[in-house]
Amino acid sequence: MKNFGTGRGAFAAALLLALVSALPAAARAAEIAVKIDNFVFTPQKITVKVGDTVTWTNADDIPHLVVATGHFRSQALDTDDKYSFTFTAPGTFEYFCGLHPQMTGSVVVEAAAPKAGATQ
Amino acid sequence: MSANDQDHDGMSRRKVLECMTWAGTGVLWTVAGGVPTSLGLVGEAMAQTSGFTFLQISDSHVGFDKPANPNALGTLEEAIGKVKALKAKPSFMIHTGDITHLSKVKEFDDAQQIISQAGLQTHYVPGEHDMIDENPGHEYQERYGKTAKGAGWYSFDQNGVHFIGLVNVVGLKAGGLGNLGDEQLAWLADDLKGKSASTPIVVFAHIPLWTVYEQWGWGTDDGAKALGLLKPFGSVTVLNGHIHQIIQKVEGNVTFHTARSTAFPQPAPGTAPSPGPMKVPDDKLRTMLGIADITCKVGNARLATIVDTPLQG
Repeated sequence: MKNFGTGRGAFAAALLLALVSALPAAARAAEIAVKIDNFVFTPQKITVKVGDTVTWTNADDIPHLVVATGHFRSQALDTDDKYSFTFTAPGTFEYFCGLHPQMTGSVVVEAAAPKAGATQ
Repeated sequence: MSANDQDHDGMSRRKVLECMTWAGTGVLWTVAGGVPTSLGLVGEAMAQTSGFTFLQISDSHVGFDKPANPNALGTLEEAIGKVKALKAKPSFMIHTGDITHLSKVKEFDDAQQIISQAGLQTHYVPGEHDMIDENPGHEYQERYGKTAKGAGWYSFDQNGVHFIGLVNVVGLKAGGLGNLGDEQLAWLADDLKGKSASTPIVVFAHIPLWTVYEQWGWGTDDGAKALGLLKPFGSVTVLNGHIHQIIQKVEGNVTFHTARSTAFPQPAPGTAPSPGPMKVPDDKLRTMLGIADITCKVGNARLATIVDTPLQG
């Protein structure tokens, strides 16, 4: 294969591939709700896919914070305040309330379906 | 904690807390000749004393406006009104944290504006609600922590009593309780070094230093380490807030107390699905904020009586 001339084509193909693979991923990305109620994250453990967004909503009359050390930290959420985080990497994210650390939860993030033709 | 070691010190020499009175507005203490002893009720004419008194207020949660108390600033003002009316002026006040509800600048400003009306020097320790500004703890530190160590701990002496303000609301870990941390514990050990065992010690912090109710996070993970350092001392008084109700116990030479809130009550341990603010009938609110008081009499280092005395209604 000749290198000259394929560079531009390869770039265009990669761009196309990126667009094509991004579209179904975007279509699949889900919004998952976690309610904070009576000092409990509900559901306490959730499983999501890479690209999904989790939104915590505080239903208590006392503020809470959502903290996964080293990963994400919300501001103080007063009553009815929300905090969203989009998970871009697989893994298990243990989190807790920065105000009431006895409150814990976890988000298991699974890899999205393999993208056809994905390259390095 | 274990039993007293009464051998080398002797009860007669031990400077013990004899009596203290609690009211929702605050807890009034008197210390005569270096020994904490009894005084009267907050809001009543004070007995004369040759020593000094100090007052504890806690959990003012300025900014809280939920059904459990739509006007927490108003009830703080009422509490400070009681303090101002005291015939015997306390030497100073301690505030055991949760000054504000959401660490907002306006909340700190409003709290300061009301609390300063007492005309008393006020020593603060932060509650977790005072550390949730965007740059956590910045606002509190700027106002109250500039001369303190670390996240805001310090000590001072008054009439022979050694007062220690600790911070157990920083560095909280998932699944854990309150936290002092190694740096603060090392400072405490150093602070106590060389102090005579007969020096009365008063320790104050926001979250109870002992485990009141683990399921609700009402305790301090490494509180036992701090209490261990205090073990040699003949009279130790531990004053906390956080749980918005009075709970007290005596263990060996250590007397533990938690103060009421000036903002809203919380349920007794395990009596509700969660420790959230407890809505009570309007005409009951002020009795839960401490219009009721408890009188504790400690004779020979033992608590004797607890009396509920409603100040209103």
